[in-house]
Amino acid sequence: MTTPLIRFEKVKKAFNGNLVLDAIDLEIFQGEITTIIGKSGGGKSVLLKHIAGLLQPDSGNIYINGERLATMKKSQRRRLRRKFSYMFQDSALFDFMTVGQNIGLPLREHRLFPEAEIQTIVQKKLEEFDLVGIDHEYPSQLSGGMKKRVALARALVTSPEVILFDEPTTGLDPIRKAAVHTMIADYQHRFGFTGVLISHEIPDVFYFSQRIAMLHEGKIIYAGAPDQLQKIDDPTVHAFIRGFEGRTEIASTPSIGDGWQRRFSEEMTRLQRHRVPFALVVLTIENMSAIVTQSGPVVAQKTVTQFADNIQRHLRLTDTCECIGSNAVLLLLPFTRANQARLVCAKLARELNAEQTQQIRASMDSCLAVSAGFTEPAESDNSEQCLDQALAQKEIFYKFSIC
Amino acid sequence: MADITRKNPLASFFMLFGRVIIARIRLLGQYALFIAGSFVQLLVWPWHTNKIVQQVYFIGMKSVSVVCLTAAFTGMVLGLQGYYTLVKVGSEGLLGAGVALTMIRELGPVMTAIMITARAGSAMAAELGIMRISEQIDALATMDIDPIRFMVSPKLGAALISFPLLTAMCDVVGIMGGYLTGVIMLGIDPGIFFARIHSTVELHDVTGGFIKSLVFSIVVTTVCCYNGYNAHRGPEFGAKGVSMATTTAVVISCVLVLITDYILTSLLL
Repeated sequence: MTTPLIRFEKVKKAFNGNLVLDAIDLEIFQGEITTIIGKSGGGKSVLLKHIAGLLQPDSGNIYINGERLATMKKSQRRRLRRKFSYMFQDSALFDFMTVGQNIGLPLREHRLFPEAEIQTIVQKKLEEFDLVGIDHEYPSQLSGGMKKRVALARALVTSPEVILFDEPTTGLDPIRKAAVHTMIADYQHRFGFTGVLISHEIPDVFYFSQRIAMLHEGKIIYAGAPDQLQKIDDPTVHAFIRGFEGRTEIASTPSIGDGWQRRFSEEMTRLQRHRVPFALVVLTIENMSAIVTQSGPVVAQKTVTQFADNIQRHLRLTDTCECIGSNAVLLLLPFTRANQARLVCAKLARELNAEQTQQIRASMDSCLAVSAGFTEPAESDNSEQCLDQALAQKEIFYKFSIC
Repeated sequence: MADITRKNPLASFFMLFGRVIIARIRLLGQYALFIAGSFVQLLVWPWHTNKIVQQVYFIGMKSVSVVCLTAAFTGMVLGLQGYYTLVKVGSEGLLGAGVALTMIRELGPVMTAIMITARAGSAMAAELGIMRISEQIDALATMDIDPIRFMVSPKLGAALISFPLLTAMCDVVGIMGGYLTGVIMLGIDPGIFFARIHSTVELHDVTGGFIKSLVFSIVVTTVCCYNGYNAHRGPEFGAKGVSMATTTAVVISCVLVLITDYILTSLLL
């Protein structure tokens, strides 16, 4: 068994009597990206600050490379810190320094390179993070998203062995967010650093994280591979990753949301930059008017929501499922071509029919007649065009019923 | 323990008293370590010469006008009040000596320290306080950059250079203020004015004033920086925490300057 690079052993931390970390046990392995998920204000940043040595545990131990952090000599700690880098949630840029000075600061202070070389490295980082031309600006002159990218550039400039990211994409637009995620994954592949990431970007983080740890009420309730996450039988985990909390309350008004458009933008960025295909599927309940006549609009709306919930349970963590109207559900399937999407839908139909969907049957008298339209977006398509394409391919619809 | 205090109010009083004393001793210990750290980092190679020069400009150069202005009026008031007192005993010829000794031994270092506290000390506390609450100090620590070396030591170095220079300037301007009121306005002979200064002011008066200014520079800089650096530990958070740290820094600095002044005066006499 591999020895973890960082290990938490029964770590407890309280602030003014409020227990934030409750006997945490966690292992972080070298060369992997471990993402910590959990509710806001749940202690994720506190956990990260313990790794960086900014906070000390009230009890318990933290081991780095098998050595206890609390008993390390000052010189050892300093050597260790040079291998670490921390990207703060609120960027923590030095407001009296320009962007260029901020990015180059760790290189200058530790005299790692001559000044001319530092300038070259800073310019390279500015180019990589789409920040060209702002090196003489001050952080107060930048937008929130730009500050985040400057902070990320500063965190990566020393090519550290371990990088701690505290919500690196909060406040970024979907395209930049996808770009930052791609960059983290790309850097990790190229340089093999160990990353500890705090993020709420589900499912995006599942693409590039080797391990997921979920912090809930001061305890790690899951730590393992992302694909195992949906298999564990814990309602808290499921509620969090599916974002189902409060779903019952809004069931009477099914969302005609634009969340899928955000996902669409992110997938489109991947497609344009890295040629990673994705598919859109529109599942339409063809006999919705009959259901409304028979059972009333409230039951009909509830049926659509339950149908969407049932489908989501059969999809991968990275897939998106969303109601897009009173009778339609849209599926966005990353890394999937249109022909593969057809196979996914065929499998879905088989599984849903096999389950006999008790909830749907209990609430209505008739079967659901569902048709599916598929499209594989091209690089130049926008979301509306793709939706129209999927709906227009009705003649090749694959039909299935749920009774 | 709880039972003893419930039954015995005296025990409860001593327990509370002990807690306060321990907290104060701990605070003093932290402050002493802060001062020691600032001095050590000031001497560690490579020196932050550029930062020290920038701080000399901020603490010293930018304080020149305010120090000169207050020194001029203080000297003028000393001239008026001194003349009023000395003329009663027919010794107005001693005005020059009185103004010069008061400025060089006492008011020069104290006025300079208090004016720099108001102008630069408050800014130091606010700057470090904002850096603390916006996690900039934590960011330095995560980059293995010692925040005290990076932020505090250059200020201390600059204060050690600026305070004596400004004190000297304050002394000269104050004496010129006294000359203005005593000689030009009230008609004392200028020769007598300067001859008395020359005959009464000795080297140890000047060195005593400079020793005071050096001690005040350490007191003002470390108190202001310590309060700003620890703005997050106070009873208030965020912007309120910074404002409280700044106020506390200025008040404690001024009080400590006056207390230290008394102690140094009694030692140097």
